[in-house]
Amino acid sequence: MKDHPSRWWYALLALPLLGLLYPPLYATRDPELAGIPFFYWYQFAWVVVSAVLTLVVFLATRRR
Amino acid sequence: MTLALITEAHDTNTTALVIFVALFALVTVLGFVASRWRRAKLDHLDEWGLGGRRFGTVITWFLLGGDLYTAYTFIAVPALVFGAGAIGFFALPYTIMVYPLAFIVMPRLWSVCRANGYVTPADFVLGRYASRQLALLVALTGILATMPYIALQLVGMQIVLGALGVEGDWPLIIAFVILAAYTYQSGLRAPALIAIVKDTLIYVTILVAVIYIPSKIGGFGAMFDAAEKALPTRDTPGALIPAGANAQVAYATLAFGSALALFLYPHAITAVLSAKSAQTVRRNTALLPAYSFLLGLIALLGYMAIARGIDPSDPNFAVPDLFLNVFPSWFVGFAFAAIAIGALVPAAVMSIAAANLFTRSIYKAYLRPQASHGDEARVAKIVSLLVKIGALVIIVTLPTKYAIELQLLGGVWILQTLPAIVIGLYTRWLHRWALVAGWAVGMVVGTLMASSQDFAPTYPFELFGTKINAYTGVFALTANLVVTIVLTLVLRRTGARDAGDDTRAEDFDELAEDAVYPVRGAPAPVA
Repeated sequence: MKDHPSRWWYALLALPLLGLLYPPLYATRDPELAGIPFFYWYQFAWVVVSAVLTLVVFLATRRR
Repeated sequence: MTLALITEAHDTNTTALVIFVALFALVTVLGFVASRWRRAKLDHLDEWGLGGRRFGTVITWFLLGGDLYTAYTFIAVPALVFGAGAIGFFALPYTIMVYPLAFIVMPRLWSVCRANGYVTPADFVLGRYASRQLALLVALTGILATMPYIALQLVGMQIVLGALGVEGDWPLIIAFVILAAYTYQSGLRAPALIAIVKDTLIYVTILVAVIYIPSKIGGFGAMFDAAEKALPTRDTPGALIPAGANAQVAYATLAFGSALALFLYPHAITAVLSAKSAQTVRRNTALLPAYSFLLGLIALLGYMAIARGIDPSDPNFAVPDLFLNVFPSWFVGFAFAAIAIGALVPAAVMSIAAANLFTRSIYKAYLRPQASHGDEARVAKIVSLLVKIGALVIIVTLPTKYAIELQLLGGVWILQTLPAIVIGLYTRWLHRWALVAGWAVGMVVGTLMASSQDFAPTYPFELFGTKINAYTGVFALTANLVVTIVLTLVLRRTGARDAGDDTRAEDFDELAEDAVYPVRGAPAPVA
């Protein structure tokens, strides 16, 4: 019996790529966060966001 | 015999050296003890070369992290940030993008390899395309890309030894002989155990550095201000923020291309295949971003060195000199040991991966088809020694520049195995001879492009009058894919014969492995 969870969850994994592949989106100095330019804290934020997204997809696509 | 990079004289630092040697001795003992860990007969390639495919989530996390984030990374990434600014930071989006990609692809590769007893990516290619030639090309590409990578681990070690004031090649040679001995003895178990120590040392070092050093340089704001002032004054002006299309396209394609390449490297695949289940691999890709965060912090060390006024003769000394400048001797010893041990884990896994490739795709495929499991393990152990000696010879006899250029080419080359391996995981549509042709075109195009730019990582490609300045590997892979797809269409149309396929559709199901290989303690799945 095939009980594959929905493959649509995997679409979430495209978000980090979309968020990072177009540098004009984030290659700016402002807004700064505690003296850290946007370019830097934006990318650090994606580390956390992409880890959470991957975890969500992992949990949602397990075969129960 | 003097080593090209070591141009900077450092005083011998006795306290630091004692701590350094003590930690090095500790991992040496661990490396040999590892052969008794989860004891098994090591005269089988699955045991020696893949640790018995039994590593759980925690060990796999340490092993993959210890394996992918190499000593050279710790030196070169902040050195690039120190010298050129934002472009060096591409390492962060690179490691962010790599895990979603790995999450999708790697469990599938694990499953098909487990189901068919494949030890290397070339084994998979052989099974999938029934083509010894294509498997040989994949294996050779892997070995070729890995050799200079091992050599660069030596460079990382060499730099911290130099910063400790240790002169000459002998310490490096001794360290590598020890590494070779316990890798021979214990196989993949040695780097798996040592990775736990390595990663712990690195995490402590970097956390201390990013908490303590900003207090000495007036905080993160002052650090970025100092970098913004200093970077445009470099011989090749750098920038804090990548401005203009050239810099931004280079940034994005370097990150994306490197992310595609990382899990094609034999050492990455070896660590993945040593996991005990596809679930372990999936879980790990969600947990490994902790290392990405660490890498981002490591990159910032380059700016900390600028703010602290470090002025090394070679940017590779930026971080070692920063540590010598701000830390007490004992912590310098600790931090440098972290970097040097950081060279051992990848070097061991890389040499094992190259040995596995040689054994399966050259020795067993061409030289001795009737080789037993014992023969395979014996040959792999010997080849792991030869690979390390080769890397050592490269570093001791050739200028370091060549190792760096070869490693850069290695990234371009390994990308050319993507169609056979990654696309092959999803479809058997591509024709084996089209894959061979695409591979050849990609290799030639990539190599020519890189050499024409004096081995800079990007190539200014002119398309309809606009210049696209992007990562060479991406261009070469595009050429490869175009040739592979067009030729497949032609060959399929003309009805050219393609060989069979040993794999079955169900082998690839990464969610089904619990049913096939029951995990102890887990409830039986409802089938």
